[in-house]
Amino acid sequence: MGADKRFTRMDPRELRLELEALYADYAACLDEERFEEWPDFFTERCLYKIVPRENFERGLPLATWWCESKGYLLDRVTAIRKTAVYAPRYVRRMVSGIRALGWKDDLLEARTSYAAFETLADGETRVFNVGSSRDQLAVEDGRLRFQERICVFDSLLVPNSLIFPL
Amino acid sequence: MGTRREWPAEGTCRIPYWIYSDPEIYAREQERIFRGPSWNYVALEAEIPKPGDFKRTFIGEKPVVVVRDRDGGINAVENRCAHRGVQFCQQHLGNATEFMCPYHQWTYDLKGDLIRAPLRRGVKNQGGMPADFDLKEHNLRKLKVACRHGVVFASFADELEPLEAYLGPAMLALFDRVFDGRGLTVLGYSRQLIPANWKLMFENIKDSYHATLLHVFLVSFGLYRVDNPSRIAIDSTGRHCAAMSWRGEQKRTADNAEMKSLIENLKLHDPTMLEPVREFEQYTLVMMTLWPNLIVQQQSNTLAMRQIATRGAGAFELAWTFFGYQTDDEAMTRRRLRQANLMGPSGFVSMDDSEVMKFAQQGVAPYPGAAGVMEMGGRDWRQEESHAVTESPIRAFYDYYRNVMEL
Repeated sequence: MGADKRFTRMDPRELRLELEALYADYAACLDEERFEEWPDFFTERCLYKIVPRENFERGLPLATWWCESKGYLLDRVTAIRKTAVYAPRYVRRMVSGIRALGWKDDLLEARTSYAAFETLADGETRVFNVGSSRDQLAVEDGRLRFQERICVFDSLLVPNSLIFPL
Repeated sequence: MGTRREWPAEGTCRIPYWIYSDPEIYAREQERIFRGPSWNYVALEAEIPKPGDFKRTFIGEKPVVVVRDRDGGINAVENRCAHRGVQFCQQHLGNATEFMCPYHQWTYDLKGDLIRAPLRRGVKNQGGMPADFDLKEHNLRKLKVACRHGVVFASFADELEPLEAYLGPAMLALFDRVFDGRGLTVLGYSRQLIPANWKLMFENIKDSYHATLLHVFLVSFGLYRVDNPSRIAIDSTGRHCAAMSWRGEQKRTADNAEMKSLIENLKLHDPTMLEPVREFEQYTLVMMTLWPNLIVQQQSNTLAMRQIATRGAGAFELAWTFFGYQTDDEAMTRRRLRQANLMGPSGFVSMDDSEVMKFAQQGVAPYPGAAGVMEMGGRDWRQEESHAVTESPIRAFYDYYRNVMEL
Protein backbone atom coordinates (compact mmCIF):
# COMPACT_ATOMS: atom_id res chain seq x y z
CA MET A 1 0.00 0.00 0.00
CA GLY A 2 3.00 2.26 0.63
CA ALA A 3 3.70 2.04 -3.07
CA ASP A 4 0.17 3.18 -3.89
CA LYS A 5 0.55 6.32 -1.85
CA ARG A 6 3.89 7.05 -3.38
CA PHE A 7 2.05 7.38 -6.72
CA THR A 8 -1.36 8.67 -5.67
CA ARG A 9 0.12 11.51 -3.64
CA MET A 10 2.73 12.30 -6.23
CA ASP A 11 3.20 15.84 -7.43
CA PRO A 12 1.56 16.16 -10.90
CA ARG A 13 4.83 17.09 -12.55
CA GLU A 14 6.58 14.12 -11.02
CA LEU A 15 3.72 11.83 -12.04
CA ARG A 16 4.02 13.12 -15.55
CA LEU A 17 7.70 12.20 -15.59
CA GLU A 18 6.81 8.72 -14.34
CA LEU A 19 4.31 8.34 -17.18
CA GLU A 20 6.73 9.59 -19.78
CA ALA A 21 9.31 7.09 -18.57
CA LEU A 22 6.73 4.30 -18.66
CA TYR A 23 5.61 5.02 -22.22
CA ALA A 24 9.21 5.42 -23.38
CA ASP A 25 10.15 2.06 -21.86
CA TYR A 26 7.04 0.46 -23.34
CA ALA A 27 7.75 1.75 -26.86
CA ALA A 28 11.43 0.81 -26.61
CA CYS A 29 10.54 -2.73 -25.52
CA LEU A 30 8.39 -3.16 -28.63
CA ASP A 31 10.61 -1.23 -31.06
CA GLU A 32 13.53 -3.41 -30.01
CA GLU A 33 11.33 -6.49 -30.40
CA ARG A 34 11.78 -7.66 -26.83
CA PHE A 35 8.30 -9.15 -27.12
CA GLU A 36 8.83 -11.62 -24.26
CA GLU A 37 9.16 -8.67 -21.87
CA TRP A 38 6.07 -6.90 -23.21
CA PRO A 39 3.38 -8.75 -21.17
CA ASP A 40 5.18 -7.67 -18.00
CA PHE A 41 3.92 -4.12 -18.60
CA PHE A 42 0.43 -5.44 -17.85
CA THR A 43 -1.37 -6.80 -14.80
CA GLU A 44 -2.49 -10.43 -14.75
CA ARG A 45 -6.17 -9.64 -15.39
CA CYS A 46 -5.54 -6.86 -17.86
CA LEU A 47 -7.60 -5.83 -20.86
CA TYR A 48 -5.71 -4.94 -24.04
CA LYS A 49 -7.43 -4.06 -27.28
CA ILE A 50 -6.61 -2.54 -30.63
CA VAL A 51 -9.83 -1.09 -32.00
CA PRO A 52 -10.66 0.65 -35.29
CA ARG A 53 -11.94 4.12 -34.50
CA GLU A 54 -15.13 3.54 -36.47
CA ASN A 55 -16.06 0.64 -34.17
CA PHE A 56 -15.14 2.61 -31.06
CA GLU A 57 -17.21 5.64 -32.02
CA ARG A 58 -20.25 3.58 -33.01
CA GLY A 59 -20.09 1.51 -29.84
CA LEU A 60 -19.42 -1.66 -31.83
CA PRO A 61 -17.49 -4.14 -29.67
CA LEU A 62 -15.31 -5.79 -32.33
CA ALA A 63 -11.56 -5.34 -31.79
CA THR A 64 -8.67 -6.12 -34.11
CA TRP A 65 -6.83 -7.45 -31.06
CA TRP A 66 -8.98 -8.66 -28.19
CA CYS A 67 -6.95 -9.68 -25.14
CA GLU A 68 -8.68 -10.37 -21.84
CA SER A 69 -5.70 -11.39 -19.72
CA LYS A 70 -1.94 -11.58 -19.68
CA GLY A 71 -2.37 -15.07 -21.14
CA TYR A 72 -3.81 -13.58 -24.33
CA LEU A 73 -0.72 -11.39 -24.60
CA LEU A 74 1.56 -14.39 -24.16
CA ASP A 75 -0.38 -16.17 -26.92
CA ARG A 76 0.23 -13.19 -29.22
CA VAL A 77 3.94 -13.45 -28.42
CA THR A 78 3.83 -17.15 -29.33
CA ALA A 79 2.25 -16.23 -32.68
CA ILE A 80 4.90 -13.58 -33.40
CA ARG A 81 7.78 -15.83 -32.43
CA LYS A 82 6.65 -19.30 -33.47
CA THR A 83 3.49 -19.68 -35.48
CA ALA A 84 2.73 -16.72 -37.74
CA VAL A 85 4.13 -16.37 -41.25
CA TYR A 86 5.07 -12.79 -42.14
CA ALA A 87 7.65 -10.69 -43.93
CA PRO A 88 10.44 -9.17 -41.81
CA ARG A 89 9.72 -5.62 -40.71
CA TYR A 90 10.70 -2.86 -38.36
CA VAL A 91 8.00 -1.01 -36.46
CA ARG A 92 8.80 2.14 -34.53
CA ARG A 93 6.36 3.78 -32.16
CA MET A 94 6.19 7.45 -31.20
CA VAL A 95 4.13 8.41 -28.17
CA SER A 96 3.16 11.99 -27.48
CA GLY A 97 0.51 14.10 -25.82
CA ILE A 98 0.68 12.06 -22.64
CA ARG A 99 -2.04 13.17 -20.24
CA ALA A 100 -2.86 11.95 -16.74
CA LEU A 101 -6.60 12.38 -16.23
CA GLY A 102 -6.60 11.43 -12.57
CA TRP A 103 -7.06 8.58 -10.12
CA LYS A 104 -10.23 6.57 -9.79
CA ASP A 105 -10.44 3.53 -7.48
CA ASP A 106 -6.66 3.04 -7.36
CA LEU A 107 -6.38 3.31 -11.14
CA LEU A 108 -4.71 6.15 -12.95
CA GLU A 109 -6.41 7.10 -16.17
CA ALA A 110 -4.06 8.23 -18.92
CA ARG A 111 -4.35 9.16 -22.60
CA THR A 112 -1.73 9.37 -25.28
CA SER A 113 -1.43 9.89 -29.02
CA TYR A 114 0.71 7.44 -30.87
CA ALA A 115 2.06 6.81 -34.35
CA ALA A 116 3.65 3.59 -35.54
CA PHE A 117 5.92 3.56 -38.58
CA GLU A 118 6.58 0.43 -40.54
CA THR A 119 9.58 -0.39 -42.69
CA LEU A 120 9.52 -3.46 -44.92
CA ALA A 121 12.51 -4.91 -46.74
CA ASP A 122 11.74 -3.40 -50.17
CA GLY A 123 9.72 -0.35 -49.24
CA GLU A 124 10.02 3.13 -47.90
CA THR A 125 9.08 3.72 -44.30
CA ARG A 126 5.36 4.42 -44.06
CA VAL A 127 3.00 5.67 -41.42
CA PHE A 128 1.43 2.41 -40.45
CA ASN A 129 -0.96 3.01 -37.60
CA VAL A 130 -2.00 6.23 -35.88
CA GLY A 131 -4.33 6.62 -32.95
CA SER A 132 -4.80 7.32 -29.30
CA SER A 133 -4.46 5.08 -26.30
CA ARG A 134 -6.94 5.13 -23.44
CA ASP A 135 -5.19 3.54 -20.53
CA GLN A 136 -5.87 2.56 -16.93
CA LEU A 137 -2.77 2.06 -14.84
CA ALA A 138 -2.49 0.16 -11.59
CA VAL A 139 0.35 0.28 -9.10
CA GLU A 140 1.80 -3.18 -8.72
CA ASP A 141 5.14 -4.15 -7.14
CA GLY A 142 6.01 -0.49 -6.86
CA ARG A 143 5.57 0.28 -10.54
CA LEU A 144 2.79 1.30 -12.88
CA ARG A 145 1.27 -1.48 -14.99
CA PHE A 146 -1.50 -1.41 -17.56
CA GLN A 147 -4.74 -2.70 -16.14
CA GLU A 148 -6.36 -1.61 -19.36
CA ARG A 149 -4.89 -0.36 -22.63
CA ILE A 150 -7.18 0.42 -25.54
CA CYS A 151 -5.49 1.60 -28.72
CA VAL A 152 -8.09 3.28 -30.92
CA PHE A 153 -6.70 3.75 -34.41
CA ASP A 154 -7.66 6.36 -37.01
CA SER A 155 -5.94 4.54 -39.87
CA LEU A 156 -8.91 2.30 -40.58
CA LEU A 157 -7.53 0.72 -43.72
CA VAL A 158 -4.76 -1.46 -42.28
CA PRO A 159 -1.84 -1.84 -44.71
CA ASN A 160 -1.95 -5.62 -45.06
CA SER A 161 -1.46 -6.97 -41.55
CA LEU A 162 -0.96 -5.79 -37.99
CA ILE A 163 1.33 -8.34 -36.41
CA PHE A 164 3.31 -6.60 -33.66
CA PRO A 165 1.66 -4.93 -30.65
CA LEU A 166 1.12 -1.19 -30.32
CA MET B 1 4.80 -15.26 -74.18
CA GLY B 2 5.47 -11.56 -73.62
CA THR B 3 2.25 -9.63 -74.13
CA ARG B 4 0.35 -12.29 -76.09
CA ARG B 5 -2.46 -13.30 -73.79
CA GLU B 6 -3.19 -16.94 -74.38
CA TRP B 7 -4.19 -19.38 -71.69
CA PRO B 8 -1.80 -22.35 -71.44
CA ALA B 9 -2.89 -25.35 -73.52
CA GLU B 10 -3.16 -27.57 -70.42
CA GLY B 11 -6.34 -25.68 -69.38
CA THR B 12 -7.28 -24.55 -65.87
CA CYS B 13 -4.70 -26.80 -64.23
CA ARG B 14 -2.34 -24.01 -65.27
CA ILE B 15 -2.81 -20.38 -64.19
CA PRO B 16 -0.96 -17.86 -66.35
CA TYR B 17 0.56 -15.10 -64.24
CA TRP B 18 -0.45 -12.23 -66.52
CA ILE B 19 -3.99 -12.47 -65.12
CA TYR B 20 -2.72 -10.96 -61.86
CA SER B 21 -1.04 -7.85 -63.20
CA ASP B 22 -2.12 -6.97 -66.76
CA PRO B 23 -4.02 -3.63 -66.71
CA GLU B 24 -6.06 -4.65 -69.77
CA ILE B 25 -7.19 -7.83 -68.04
CA TYR B 26 -8.05 -5.78 -64.98
CA ALA B 27 -10.12 -3.36 -67.08
CA ARG B 28 -11.94 -6.26 -68.73
CA GLU B 29 -12.68 -7.76 -65.30
CA GLN B 30 -14.28 -4.50 -64.19
CA GLU B 31 -16.49 -4.47 -67.26
CA ARG B 32 -17.43 -8.12 -67.58
CA ILE B 33 -17.37 -9.31 -63.98
CA PHE B 34 -18.12 -6.47 -61.58
CA ARG B 35 -20.31 -4.47 -63.98
CA GLY B 36 -21.54 -7.64 -65.65
CA PRO B 37 -24.41 -9.99 -64.79
CA SER B 38 -23.28 -10.81 -61.27
CA TRP B 39 -24.80 -10.25 -57.84
CA ASN B 40 -22.29 -8.32 -55.73
CA TYR B 41 -22.56 -8.31 -51.97
CA VAL B 42 -22.96 -4.74 -50.70
CA ALA B 43 -24.43 -4.74 -47.18
CA LEU B 44 -26.25 -6.43 -44.36
CA GLU B 45 -29.73 -5.05 -43.76
CA ALA B 46 -28.76 -4.75 -40.09
CA GLU B 47 -26.29 -2.02 -41.09
CA ILE B 48 -29.08 0.16 -42.45
CA PRO B 49 -32.14 -0.70 -40.34
CA LYS B 50 -33.95 2.66 -40.42
CA PRO B 51 -35.28 4.82 -43.28
CA GLY B 52 -32.48 7.10 -44.47
CA ASP B 53 -29.70 4.81 -43.21
CA PHE B 54 -27.02 4.45 -45.82
CA LYS B 55 -23.74 2.64 -46.40
CA ARG B 56 -20.98 3.73 -48.73
CA THR B 57 -19.28 0.81 -50.42
CA PHE B 58 -17.70 -0.46 -53.66
CA ILE B 59 -18.44 -2.94 -56.42
CA GLY B 60 -15.13 -3.80 -58.01
CA GLU B 61 -13.61 -0.31 -58.02
CA LYS B 62 -16.91 1.56 -58.52
CA PRO B 63 -18.17 3.57 -55.56
CA VAL B 64 -21.82 2.93 -54.70
CA VAL B 65 -24.24 3.85 -51.93
CA VAL B 66 -26.79 1.48 -50.43
CA VAL B 67 -29.70 3.25 -48.76
CA ARG B 68 -33.00 2.39 -47.14
CA ASP B 69 -35.85 4.59 -48.33
CA ARG B 70 -38.96 5.77 -46.50
CA ASP B 71 -40.95 2.76 -47.71
CA GLY B 72 -38.39 0.45 -46.13
CA GLY B 73 -37.04 -0.61 -49.52
CA ILE B 74 -33.32 -0.86 -50.17
CA ASN B 75 -31.78 0.97 -53.10
CA ALA B 76 -28.28 0.98 -54.52
CA VAL B 77 -27.00 3.88 -56.60
CA GLU B 78 -23.69 4.94 -58.05
CA ASN B 79 -21.88 7.30 -55.71
CA ARG B 80 -21.52 9.81 -58.52
CA CYS B 81 -23.55 12.96 -58.99
CA ALA B 82 -25.40 12.96 -62.32
CA HIS B 83 -24.24 16.53 -62.91
CA ARG B 84 -20.43 16.51 -62.84
CA GLY B 85 -19.53 13.15 -61.38
CA VAL B 86 -18.70 14.21 -57.84
CA GLN B 87 -18.60 11.42 -55.28
CA PHE B 88 -21.28 12.99 -53.13
CA CYS B 89 -21.33 10.52 -50.22
CA GLN B 90 -18.15 10.49 -48.16
CA GLN B 91 -19.23 8.75 -44.97
CA HIS B 92 -18.98 4.98 -44.47
CA LEU B 93 -22.31 4.82 -42.66
CA GLY B 94 -24.91 7.41 -41.77
CA ASN B 95 -28.47 8.63 -42.01
CA ALA B 96 -29.82 11.13 -44.51
CA THR B 97 -33.20 12.51 -45.52
CA GLU B 98 -31.84 13.14 -49.02
CA PHE B 99 -28.46 13.21 -50.76
CA MET B 100 -27.16 16.62 -51.73
CA CYS B 101 -24.03 16.87 -53.83
CA PRO B 102 -21.90 19.55 -52.14
CA TYR B 103 -20.56 20.97 -55.41
CA HIS B 104 -23.69 22.46 -57.04
CA GLN B 105 -26.24 21.13 -54.56
CA TRP B 106 -28.04 18.82 -56.93
CA THR B 107 -30.25 16.87 -54.54
CA TYR B 108 -31.59 13.33 -54.78
CA ASP B 109 -34.21 11.49 -52.77
CA LEU B 110 -33.50 8.16 -51.11
CA LYS B 111 -34.46 6.28 -54.26
CA GLY B 112 -31.84 8.20 -56.23
CA ASP B 113 -34.27 10.48 -58.11
CA LEU B 114 -33.14 14.05 -58.74
CA ILE B 115 -35.48 16.38 -56.88
CA ARG B 116 -33.61 19.70 -57.02
CA ALA B 117 -31.09 21.39 -59.29
CA PRO B 118 -30.54 24.93 -57.97
CA LEU B 119 -30.88 27.95 -60.30
CA ARG B 120 -32.57 25.74 -62.84
CA ARG B 121 -34.78 28.70 -63.88
CA GLY B 122 -31.88 31.13 -63.78
CA VAL B 123 -31.64 34.38 -61.83
CA LYS B 124 -33.58 37.51 -62.90
CA ASN B 125 -34.58 35.74 -66.10
CA GLN B 126 -30.98 35.19 -66.96
CA GLY B 127 -29.19 31.89 -67.40
CA GLY B 128 -30.61 28.69 -66.01
CA MET B 129 -31.09 25.33 -67.66
CA PRO B 130 -32.69 25.03 -71.11
CA ALA B 131 -36.49 25.04 -71.02
CA ASP B 132 -36.67 21.35 -71.86
CA PHE B 133 -34.31 20.33 -69.06
CA ASP B 134 -36.08 17.48 -67.28
CA LEU B 135 -35.08 16.47 -63.72
CA LYS B 136 -36.31 12.93 -64.43
CA GLU B 137 -33.60 12.44 -67.02
CA HIS B 138 -30.84 13.12 -64.49
CA ASN B 139 -31.37 10.67 -61.68
CA LEU B 140 -28.51 8.81 -60.06
CA ARG B 141 -27.62 5.63 -61.91
CA LYS B 142 -29.58 2.91 -60.09
CA LEU B 143 -28.49 -0.65 -59.60
CA LYS B 144 -30.61 -3.77 -59.33
CA VAL B 145 -30.95 -4.97 -55.73
CA ALA B 146 -31.68 -8.39 -54.26
CA CYS B 147 -32.07 -9.18 -50.56
CA ARG B 148 -32.19 -12.54 -48.91
CA HIS B 149 -32.55 -13.07 -45.14
CA GLY B 150 -30.85 -9.79 -44.29
CA VAL B 151 -28.09 -9.85 -46.91
CA VAL B 152 -28.10 -7.24 -49.68
CA PHE B 153 -26.67 -7.78 -53.16
CA ALA B 154 -26.58 -5.37 -56.08
CA SER B 155 -25.85 -5.55 -59.78
CA PHE B 156 -25.00 -3.11 -62.54
CA ALA B 157 -26.60 -5.46 -65.07
CA ASP B 158 -30.13 -4.75 -66.27
CA GLU B 159 -30.84 -8.39 -66.93
CA LEU B 160 -29.71 -11.23 -64.73
CA GLU B 161 -31.11 -14.29 -63.02
CA PRO B 162 -32.74 -14.03 -59.59
CA LEU B 163 -30.29 -14.27 -56.66
CA GLU B 164 -31.55 -17.72 -55.64
CA ALA B 165 -30.94 -19.18 -59.10
CA TYR B 166 -27.62 -17.34 -59.29
CA LEU B 167 -26.43 -19.05 -56.11
CA GLY B 168 -27.75 -22.47 -57.11
CA PRO B 169 -29.36 -25.03 -54.76
CA ALA B 170 -26.20 -26.26 -52.96
CA MET B 171 -24.91 -22.73 -52.17
CA LEU B 172 -28.38 -21.51 -51.29
CA ALA B 173 -28.82 -24.24 -48.66
CA LEU B 174 -25.46 -23.37 -47.07
CA PHE B 175 -26.23 -19.64 -47.30
CA ASP B 176 -29.53 -20.22 -45.48
CA ARG B 177 -27.70 -22.26 -42.85
CA VAL B 178 -26.08 -19.04 -41.56
CA PHE B 179 -28.73 -16.59 -42.81
CA ASP B 180 -31.75 -18.44 -41.55
CA GLY B 181 -33.99 -15.39 -41.24
CA ARG B 182 -32.98 -14.47 -37.69
CA GLY B 183 -32.15 -10.81 -37.17
CA LEU B 184 -28.44 -10.08 -37.39
CA THR B 185 -26.33 -7.85 -35.13
CA VAL B 186 -23.26 -6.14 -36.52
CA LEU B 187 -20.34 -6.58 -34.09
CA GLY B 188 -17.93 -4.37 -35.98
CA TYR B 189 -15.66 -3.77 -38.93
CA SER B 190 -12.12 -4.43 -39.96
CA ARG B 191 -10.52 -3.17 -43.17
CA GLN B 192 -7.32 -4.23 -44.85
CA LEU B 193 -5.52 -3.06 -47.95
CA ILE B 194 -3.88 -6.18 -49.31
CA PRO B 195 -1.17 -5.64 -51.93
CA ALA B 196 -2.26 -8.53 -54.14
CA ASN B 197 -4.61 -9.16 -57.04
CA TRP B 198 -8.20 -9.74 -55.92
CA LYS B 199 -8.35 -13.24 -57.41
CA LEU B 200 -5.63 -14.39 -55.01
CA MET B 201 -8.10 -13.82 -52.17
CA PHE B 202 -10.63 -16.16 -53.75
CA GLU B 203 -7.95 -18.70 -54.54
CA ASN B 204 -6.78 -18.56 -50.95
CA ILE B 205 -10.18 -19.42 -49.50
CA LYS B 206 -10.87 -22.06 -52.14
CA ASP B 207 -7.47 -23.61 -51.45
CA SER B 208 -7.70 -26.27 -48.75
CA TYR B 209 -4.23 -27.52 -49.73
CA HIS B 210 -2.59 -24.40 -48.24
CA ALA B 211 -4.93 -24.22 -45.25
CA THR B 212 -3.75 -27.55 -43.95
CA LEU B 213 -0.07 -26.61 -44.28
CA LEU B 214 0.46 -22.87 -43.79
CA HIS B 215 -1.58 -22.15 -40.67
CA VAL B 216 -0.08 -23.46 -37.44
CA PHE B 217 -3.07 -22.29 -35.42
CA LEU B 218 -5.67 -23.79 -37.72
CA VAL B 219 -3.80 -27.04 -38.10
CA SER B 220 -2.59 -27.57 -34.53
CA PHE B 221 -5.92 -26.88 -32.90
CA GLY B 222 -7.72 -29.03 -35.48
CA LEU B 223 -9.85 -26.09 -36.66
CA TYR B 224 -9.16 -27.14 -40.22
CA ARG B 225 -7.06 -29.98 -41.54
CA VAL B 226 -7.62 -32.13 -44.57
CA ASP B 227 -7.36 -35.27 -42.42
CA ASN B 228 -10.52 -34.04 -40.66
CA PRO B 229 -13.75 -35.10 -42.36
CA SER B 230 -14.22 -32.48 -45.09
CA ARG B 231 -16.42 -31.79 -48.06
CA ILE B 232 -16.43 -29.42 -50.98
CA ALA B 233 -19.41 -28.19 -52.96
CA ILE B 234 -19.24 -26.17 -56.16
CA ASP B 235 -22.19 -24.73 -58.08
CA SER B 236 -22.89 -25.94 -61.60
CA THR B 237 -21.05 -23.02 -63.22
CA GLY B 238 -17.90 -23.32 -61.10
CA ARG B 239 -18.04 -19.73 -59.86
CA HIS B 240 -19.17 -20.35 -56.26
CA CYS B 241 -17.76 -22.81 -53.79
CA ALA B 242 -18.12 -23.94 -50.20
CA ALA B 243 -15.58 -25.80 -48.08
CA MET B 244 -17.06 -27.64 -45.14
CA SER B 245 -15.38 -29.55 -42.37
CA TRP B 246 -15.57 -30.84 -38.85
CA ARG B 247 -13.07 -29.94 -36.17
CA GLY B 248 -10.46 -32.61 -35.45
CA GLU B 249 -8.07 -33.41 -32.63
CA GLN B 250 -4.66 -31.96 -31.83
CA LYS B 251 -3.03 -35.29 -32.54
CA ARG B 252 -0.26 -36.53 -34.78
CA THR B 253 -1.37 -39.44 -36.97
CA ALA B 254 -0.11 -41.17 -40.12
CA ASP B 255 -2.58 -39.03 -42.14
CA ASN B 256 -1.13 -35.70 -41.03
CA ALA B 257 2.50 -36.77 -40.74
CA GLU B 258 3.49 -34.43 -43.59
CA MET B 259 1.86 -31.38 -42.03
CA LYS B 260 4.79 -29.66 -40.40
CA SER B 261 2.56 -26.99 -38.94
CA LEU B 262 0.89 -29.42 -36.55
CA ILE B 263 2.46 -28.72 -33.17
CA GLU B 264 1.08 -31.31 -30.78
CA ASN B 265 2.05 -29.48 -27.61
CA LEU B 266 0.99 -25.99 -28.73
CA LYS B 267 -1.23 -24.68 -25.94
CA LEU B 268 -2.95 -21.39 -25.36
CA HIS B 269 -1.89 -19.56 -22.20
CA ASP B 270 -5.49 -18.44 -21.97
CA PRO B 271 -7.75 -21.07 -23.53
CA THR B 272 -10.83 -18.84 -23.21
CA MET B 273 -9.93 -17.38 -26.61
CA LEU B 274 -10.94 -20.60 -28.27
CA GLU B 275 -13.79 -22.35 -26.51
CA PRO B 276 -16.29 -22.85 -29.32
CA VAL B 277 -19.75 -24.27 -28.79
CA ARG B 278 -21.70 -26.19 -31.40
CA GLU B 279 -24.06 -23.75 -32.99
CA PHE B 280 -24.90 -25.00 -36.46
CA GLU B 281 -25.93 -28.35 -37.77
CA GLN B 282 -23.29 -30.63 -39.18
CA TYR B 283 -20.06 -28.80 -39.95
CA THR B 284 -17.96 -26.72 -37.55
CA LEU B 285 -16.61 -24.73 -40.48
CA VAL B 286 -18.15 -23.54 -43.71
CA MET B 287 -16.26 -21.06 -45.87
CA MET B 288 -18.22 -19.91 -48.90
CA THR B 289 -16.77 -17.99 -51.81
CA LEU B 290 -19.54 -16.30 -53.76
CA TRP B 291 -18.71 -14.79 -57.14
CA PRO B 292 -17.56 -12.13 -57.58
CA ASN B 293 -16.82 -10.33 -54.29
CA LEU B 294 -17.89 -12.20 -51.16
CA ILE B 295 -16.55 -14.69 -48.68
CA VAL B 296 -18.98 -15.87 -46.01
CA GLN B 297 -17.01 -17.05 -43.02
CA GLN B 298 -18.30 -19.44 -40.39
CA GLN B 299 -15.35 -20.77 -38.43
CA SER B 300 -16.61 -22.17 -35.11
CA ASN B 301 -18.54 -19.21 -33.62
CA THR B 302 -16.95 -16.44 -35.61
CA LEU B 303 -19.12 -15.16 -38.43
CA ALA B 304 -18.11 -12.54 -40.95
CA MET B 305 -18.70 -11.21 -44.41
CA ARG B 306 -15.45 -10.50 -46.23
CA GLN B 307 -16.09 -8.14 -49.10
CA ILE B 308 -13.52 -7.63 -51.82
CA ALA B 309 -13.16 -4.22 -53.50
CA THR B 310 -10.49 -4.03 -56.19
CA ARG B 311 -7.88 -1.24 -56.16
CA GLY B 312 -6.11 -1.81 -59.46
CA ALA B 313 -4.62 -5.12 -60.55
CA GLY B 314 -2.13 -5.17 -57.70
CA ALA B 315 -4.26 -4.48 -54.64
CA PHE B 316 -7.67 -4.91 -53.09
CA GLU B 317 -9.50 -3.78 -50.02
CA LEU B 318 -10.86 -6.53 -47.83
CA ALA B 319 -13.73 -5.21 -45.72
CA TRP B 320 -14.78 -7.50 -42.89
CA THR B 321 -18.17 -7.17 -41.25
CA PHE B 322 -18.37 -9.39 -38.16
CA PHE B 323 -21.85 -10.25 -37.01
CA GLY B 324 -23.95 -12.36 -34.69
CA TYR B 325 -27.66 -12.87 -34.15
CA GLN B 326 -30.15 -10.80 -32.23
CA THR B 327 -30.88 -13.96 -30.25
CA ASP B 328 -27.27 -14.22 -29.00
CA ASP B 329 -26.80 -14.03 -25.25
CA GLU B 330 -23.87 -12.18 -23.70
CA ALA B 331 -21.74 -15.33 -23.49
CA MET B 332 -22.19 -16.02 -27.20
CA THR B 333 -21.33 -12.45 -28.16
CA ARG B 334 -18.18 -12.65 -26.04
CA ARG B 335 -17.28 -15.98 -27.64
CA ARG B 336 -17.61 -14.44 -31.11
CA LEU B 337 -15.48 -11.45 -30.14
CA ARG B 338 -12.78 -13.67 -28.62
CA GLN B 339 -12.69 -15.96 -31.63
CA ALA B 340 -12.46 -12.93 -33.91
CA ASN B 341 -8.79 -12.97 -32.82
CA LEU B 342 -8.39 -15.68 -35.46
CA MET B 343 -9.51 -13.35 -38.25
CA GLY B 344 -8.87 -9.94 -39.75
CA PRO B 345 -5.56 -8.09 -40.27
CA SER B 346 -4.23 -9.51 -36.98
CA GLY B 347 -5.92 -12.89 -37.12
CA PHE B 348 -3.95 -15.80 -35.74
CA VAL B 349 -5.01 -17.56 -38.94
CA SER B 350 -5.72 -14.89 -41.52
CA MET B 351 -2.62 -12.73 -41.00
CA ASP B 352 -0.66 -15.60 -42.54
CA ASP B 353 -2.94 -15.32 -45.58
CA SER B 354 -2.57 -11.58 -46.14
CA GLU B 355 1.19 -11.94 -45.90
CA VAL B 356 1.34 -14.93 -48.23
CA MET B 357 -0.96 -13.24 -50.78
CA LYS B 358 1.51 -10.37 -50.85
CA PHE B 359 4.38 -12.84 -51.38
CA ALA B 360 2.37 -14.40 -54.22
CA GLN B 361 1.83 -11.04 -55.93
CA GLN B 362 5.54 -10.28 -55.50
CA GLY B 363 6.32 -13.53 -57.28
CA VAL B 364 3.76 -13.56 -60.10
CA ALA B 365 3.68 -9.90 -61.15
CA PRO B 366 7.32 -9.73 -62.35
CA TYR B 367 6.86 -13.00 -64.30
CA PRO B 368 3.69 -12.56 -66.38
CA GLY B 369 4.88 -15.16 -68.89
CA ALA B 370 5.11 -17.98 -66.35
CA ALA B 371 2.21 -20.10 -65.07
CA GLY B 372 1.21 -21.82 -61.85
CA VAL B 373 0.48 -25.53 -61.49
CA MET B 374 -2.88 -26.64 -60.16
CA GLU B 375 -3.02 -30.43 -60.21
CA MET B 376 -3.83 -31.42 -56.64
CA GLY B 377 -6.87 -33.69 -56.87
CA GLY B 378 -6.75 -33.98 -60.67
CA ARG B 379 -6.87 -31.63 -63.63
CA ASP B 380 -10.61 -30.93 -63.79
CA TRP B 381 -13.36 -30.37 -61.26
CA ARG B 382 -16.63 -31.86 -60.06
CA GLN B 383 -19.50 -30.31 -58.16
CA GLU B 384 -18.94 -32.43 -55.08
CA GLU B 385 -15.93 -33.83 -53.32
CA SER B 386 -15.99 -35.88 -50.12
CA HIS B 387 -12.48 -34.76 -49.21
CA ALA B 388 -10.44 -31.56 -49.41
CA VAL B 389 -7.11 -32.81 -50.74
CA THR B 390 -7.77 -30.97 -53.94
CA GLU B 391 -7.45 -27.67 -55.77
CA SER B 392 -10.56 -28.36 -57.81
CA PRO B 393 -12.47 -25.26 -56.52
CA ILE B 394 -9.75 -23.06 -58.02
CA ARG B 395 -9.91 -24.89 -61.34
CA ALA B 396 -13.70 -24.48 -61.29
CA PHE B 397 -13.37 -20.76 -60.56
CA TYR B 398 -11.02 -20.27 -63.50
CA ASP B 399 -13.23 -22.35 -65.77
CA TYR B 400 -16.01 -19.85 -65.20
CA TYR B 401 -13.60 -16.90 -65.23
CA ARG B 402 -12.30 -17.90 -68.67
CA ASN B 403 -15.85 -18.12 -70.00
CA VAL B 404 -16.77 -14.67 -68.74
CA MET B 405 -13.48 -13.13 -69.83
CA GLU B 406 -13.26 -15.05 -73.11
CA LEU B 407 -9.70 -16.13 -72.35
